[in-house]
Amino acid sequence: MAIELTQVAAERVQDFLDNRGKGIGLRLGVKTTGCSGLAYVIEFVDELQTDDSVFESRGIKVVVDPKSLVFLDGTEVDFAREGLNEGFQFKNPNAKDECGCGESFTI
Amino acid sequence: MALLQISEPGQSAAPHQHRYAAGIDLGTTNSLVASVRNGIADTLADTDGLHLLPSVVHYGDAAILVGQAAQQMQSSDPLNTLSSIKRLMGRGTEDVSRLGEVLPYDFVADVDSNVPRIQTRGGNLSAIEVSAEILKTLALLAEQTLGGELSGVVITVPAYFDDAQRQATRDAAKLARLNVYRLLNEPTAAAVAYGLEQNNDGVIAVYDLGGGTFDISILRLNKGVFEVLATGGDSSLGGDDMDTAIGEWIISQASFKDIDAQLSRQILMAARAAKESLTSLEKAEITIQQGDQHWRGGIDRAQLDELIQPLVKKSLMPCRRVLRDANISKQDIDEVVLVGGATRMALVRRMVGEFFQRSPMCDLDPDRVVAIGAAIQADVLAGNKPDSEMLLLDVLPLSLGIETMGGLSEKIIPRNTPIPVAKAQEFTTFKDGQTSMSIHVVQGERELISDCRSLARFELRGFPPKNAGATRIRVTYQVDADGLMSVRAEETTSGIAADIVVKPSYGLTDGEIETMLRESMDHAQDDVAARMLKEQQVEAKRVIEAIDAALIYDGDDLLSKTEISKIRQVRDQLEQDIEVACADRLKKLIKSMEQVSETYVARRMNTSVKAALAGKQIDEVKL
Repeated sequence: MAIELTQVAAERVQDFLDNRGKGIGLRLGVKTTGCSGLAYVIEFVDELQTDDSVFESRGIKVVVDPKSLVFLDGTEVDFAREGLNEGFQFKNPNAKDECGCGESFTI
Repeated sequence: MALLQISEPGQSAAPHQHRYAAGIDLGTTNSLVASVRNGIADTLADTDGLHLLPSVVHYGDAAILVGQAAQQMQSSDPLNTLSSIKRLMGRGTEDVSRLGEVLPYDFVADVDSNVPRIQTRGGNLSAIEVSAEILKTLALLAEQTLGGELSGVVITVPAYFDDAQRQATRDAAKLARLNVYRLLNEPTAAAVAYGLEQNNDGVIAVYDLGGGTFDISILRLNKGVFEVLATGGDSSLGGDDMDTAIGEWIISQASFKDIDAQLSRQILMAARAAKESLTSLEKAEITIQQGDQHWRGGIDRAQLDELIQPLVKKSLMPCRRVLRDANISKQDIDEVVLVGGATRMALVRRMVGEFFQRSPMCDLDPDRVVAIGAAIQADVLAGNKPDSEMLLLDVLPLSLGIETMGGLSEKIIPRNTPIPVAKAQEFTTFKDGQTSMSIHVVQGERELISDCRSLARFELRGFPPKNAGATRIRVTYQVDADGLMSVRAEETTSGIAADIVVKPSYGLTDGEIETMLRESMDHAQDDVAARMLKEQQVEAKRVIEAIDAALIYDGDDLLSKTEISKIRQVRDQLEQDIEVACADRLKKLIKSMEQVSETYVARRMNTSVKAALAGKQIDEVKL
């Protein structure tokens, strides 16, 4: 079981954490909502929950709750730029189908 | 593939439910848009990497250009290229004649709305429409950068902006189809950008020397809550004036035969470029070339300092005044925040530092700091940070009052009261049988209505007639967080009410506010005397009115002929003296009027008690 950040993504997360001045890592997860079933969650982490799994990827603590881990195993998170917009992208091998915008997916 | 941003713990939005919010600094010279992403508030850059959008709009044959592209048309097509339009926001046609020297446009009066319009290729435009173009451009940039539609924006306005100017700003946003969470005062935004709201207490001075205006504000932070103690400034002092000073120096150095609009614009642009490069360099080259007229020369830091020193000095006068207004000394100030591009200049930083006796905060880009603060506030208002307790309070720049009998202003909300605020006061009728009352809302510090500014006038009609003084009218003044005002008048027994939202057709200029404030101090003594006289005159009229009514009703029954003539004598004397006597003499006459009618009043009382008790058993009378 693993989740990886790309180098660029890890650097950006570190920048954002530094700037925020607090937080122990990055929480990745899924919620059951959205136009095609599941949606990604990406949040700062201030405290760990008891069941959380913690991975270390390129110096960043990646925190995932056990339910989400099933859907996210093997995912790579990248940081990309499209025109003026920029942000994090999930490359999830478990996802079979995405909605047009890519904000939610099904497996 | 969607590009996602990191949310605060537990704040992940459902897909397509992102609440994108932006802060907009709609400036006189430059405008910016900022947003909070991944926990960081920063201004957004366009495709060329530029954060500052010049507040310039060009109306071309085919398209409307905004920003840099519009600025490039300034020399070649000055009449269709509009800049510094913020100076016209919420202004009336009569203000334009004075501003006309600053803004070289063809104005046409709009007979219906008293809004000055500028004649351009794109039609006759108001400042609101032009500002809307700037807002649209910024909103588009934000939406492209954030990847979704904006749910709302916070737009900053000078603390000095009056209701009309704030309303004009809101109207411009509406025209640009933006949802305005609220308008935020620029100095407050700057303090928020520096995170000063996280200190618990302190006094902060915000020195904002922008393109066209200078504002100085004193904020007090009390238990994490902002309050603007006082604001001041100079509506015609800023980077533009420095450009003009340098431009005049260029003209004095060169010998141009004839300076037309195009050449003078070129000189100003060269002056600005020289000023900006002297921030980092010691010497700047200036080249001006137009037709057969050209000039080439150089200017160094020392020369620049000499040219702008009087202007910086001029900014320190309002600084002294706000300290006095806020009733604090320089030593009480904990932080000085610099805002506005002109504060990049070494001379400005030095002189401000010397004045306040502490080194000013200038870590954040002074051009961006206001937009950043607005973005932080917008993020909170969009609900992306629900645990935030950031509360921002601003103050009223001038007192709000109501006209009372005799043309006096009764202040309902004093100046420097933190807003939002609601205050109510009860008033009563002056005449017997009065069934309507005219409510006149005024703004200003002076005692007489004629010296204050009229904001609105409306009537409360149809309440039941009663004796003078028996009717109670409750007047409520309410000013919301944006500084917009509503007034409600209600007759308490019948519940008959009337209200009005104050959207004055044109606003007060900063200069006028300043003048009004200064006059109120200069005329304090005269005003008090005038108020006392007016009060005595009103009282005298009321006494005469009451005695006349009484004499007609039962004078002949209760009084002897000599008693009546005695009362009449004093009454006539009082009436004769109303317009000519001083306050003291009127007071004495009113007093003797009361003395001479004392027995009469006593007898009337007895009669009415008798009438009330006639035919009743003693236990029926409730005491």
